[in-house]
Amino acid sequence: MTTSSTTTPTMTRADLAVIGAGPAGLAAALTAADRGVRVVLLDAGAQAGGQFYRQPAAGLGARRPQALHHAWGTWEALRDRVATHVAAGRITHLADRHVWFVEPEFGEFRFGVHALLGPDQQASETVTADGVLLATGGYEKVLPFPGWTLPGVVAAGGAQAMLKGGLVLPGRTVVVAGTGPLLMPVAAGLAAAGAEVVAYVESVRPAGFVRHAATLAAHPGKVVEAAGYAAQLLRHKVPVLVRHAVVAAHGTDRVEAVTVAALDTAGRVRPGTERRIACDTLAVGHGMLAHTDLAESLGCTIDDTGDPFVVTDAEQRTDVDGVWAAGEATGIGGAVLALAEGEIAGYSIAARLKGVHLQGVEARPADWAAAARTRSRLRHFSAALATAYAPPAHWAEQVTDDTVVCRCEEVPAGAIRTATAELGATDLRTVKLLTRAGMGWCQGRICAPGVSGVAGCPPGPAKRPFARPVPLEVLAREPEGP
Amino acid sequence: MRSRGVGGGPGGATPQELARAHPEPAFTVTVDGREIDALPGQTVAAVLWTAGITSWRGTRGSGAPRGVFCGIGVCFDCLITVNDRPNQRACLVPAHPGDTIRAQEGTGHDDLVHDDADHD
Ligand SMILES: Cc1cc2nc3c(=O)[nH]c(=O)nc-3n(C[C@H](O)[C@H](O)[C@H](O)COP(=O)(O)OP(=O)(O)OC[C@H]3O[C@@H](n4cnc5c(N)ncnc54)[C@H](O)[C@@H]3O)c2cc1C
Ligand code: FES
Repeated sequence: MTTSSTTTPTMTRADLAVIGAGPAGLAAALTAADRGVRVVLLDAGAQAGGQFYRQPAAGLGARRPQALHHAWGTWEALRDRVATHVAAGRITHLADRHVWFVEPEFGEFRFGVHALLGPDQQASETVTADGVLLATGGYEKVLPFPGWTLPGVVAAGGAQAMLKGGLVLPGRTVVVAGTGPLLMPVAAGLAAAGAEVVAYVESVRPAGFVRHAATLAAHPGKVVEAAGYAAQLLRHKVPVLVRHAVVAAHGTDRVEAVTVAALDTAGRVRPGTERRIACDTLAVGHGMLAHTDLAESLGCTIDDTGDPFVVTDAEQRTDVDGVWAAGEATGIGGAVLALAEGEIAGYSIAARLKGVHLQGVEARPADWAAAARTRSRLRHFSAALATAYAPPAHWAEQVTDDTVVCRCEEVPAGAIRTATAELGATDLRTVKLLTRAGMGWCQGRICAPGVSGVAGCPPGPAKRPFARPVPLEVLAREPEGP
Repeated sequence: MRSRGVGGGPGGATPQELARAHPEPAFTVTVDGREIDALPGQTVAAVLWTAGITSWRGTRGSGAPRGVFCGIGVCFDCLITVNDRPNQRACLVPAHPGDTIRAQEGTGHDDLVHDDADHD
């Protein structure tokens, strides 16, 4: 931490600030920069790519990173186009920037984007911009079960992220479990990298797929992708259990085994079907959740009737003037959908953002017609997937009273049940105040679905003031605008 | 640090072999008094996993062991003390030559006065 960066927060000027350098943010930045918009791209990671195109650290000298990836050609094209724009000064990529707040009406500028610097996050800097694109992606949903806090129990995509970024494995003998399309590439990736995947446990009933066969048939690309992963699982002789769930993880200092059980058609554990599988790692996930915090604090409308997401119009505009959103922040749908949404946002931004030197080209929907077709096709597909891959309806019954539900504050399920059954809490806010569930470091990001399921109340809006924990020194120093 | 874990896989393949990695020269970091190898660019969590270490924090309440959970900086389960600075997310912070890395108990502030050997 240098003195200059702490006393005078740096200021960078942009037409457009793109937050998130995953598929959505990159597509938007490129489309906008192609049309003369000066873009500053901020991302928490050391390299661009986001979750899907997460790159091995440069120092690891990976000559064949594509071995861990799908659709590498798309990534190479994106990467090369970004490099061209960066060289020409049209895109500035600020890596290692954790955006904690987007401030409207920042002095003479429409927005001030405040970001904590580097992994230690002690200093903040500000990018000023006329428009902002939120392309912050999402994170995994993991529902609680007894033993889920044991070391060696990791989020499925987290294991994938550590593998892609650090070329490391959490253990040798892995069970991959939960529900959702993400489990497939994770199991295939871990197996290819040398882990023994001793079970792939998916809670969804195969019938759920049959019902959506027509939707699948309309997406040959997706079927090919899934078939590719399935072939890999077959090649590595991974035992697949469908309509099963991991109901407990066992161990003292680390997971040593899991109990797997069959589910009935209603999603309840079929008594007597429990059996133990020895493992040193459980990679588990139950779907994905959108990062909505920056949008929430900007006042953008969030749809929280189910899992929350940022609401956007046909041009990927939020209902706050000057703020666009694209990719998984606007709903979970995978990398190809994120690319299409980013592209549409880029066109809209180039047309609508009338900065000092921007002429303001017409917004012509014909420009993004192809991307819009991809978008509507894939949104349809994701909706079908989300229905097919819903977690088992009665998962909360497996959560024993002594199971920690809020990992940060160590709140057990019993305390949450007392709050609702005996203390009369009927909403998550009250449960939180009574138990401290969701009040720790992660601000409820991890436990919200778990607490909500165990309490039997809808999740509701999260209302986090900042997207990251901010050191007090930074708050004290933050300028009021230039 | 408590539990041991991994090196390569049973099939002989390792992630590095799969990606044909030719890393820059390794350096060492000290983990609770013990020297371990680290590769340039790896996060502290990746370095610990390579050394077979999967837990490095005791929770504030029950002292339960924790390590990486989300792997992407969201959950704060992987908090660790690096060069006397507690509450660093091991899954985000890159390791640097000579780093002194220590398991973290509770809020991470109590154990700063202790000696490294306490944590073995
Ligand atoms: C851990 C994990 C692993 C995944 N692995 C796979 C996989 O192997 N295969 C697959 O098909 N899909 C995977 N996915 C799904 C993946 O999210 C999508 O397919 C795709 O990456 C979505 O693109 P996006 O651009 O919307 O968001 P992302 O790719 O998630 O990109 C968002 C970017 O925004 C950054 N960001 C977020 N908030 C901030 C902030 N406040 N400040 C600064 N930067 C911020 C993040 O660092 C990230 O780089 C994974 C998801 C997760 C969470
Ligand atoms: S593992 Fe979740 S923050 Fe590091």
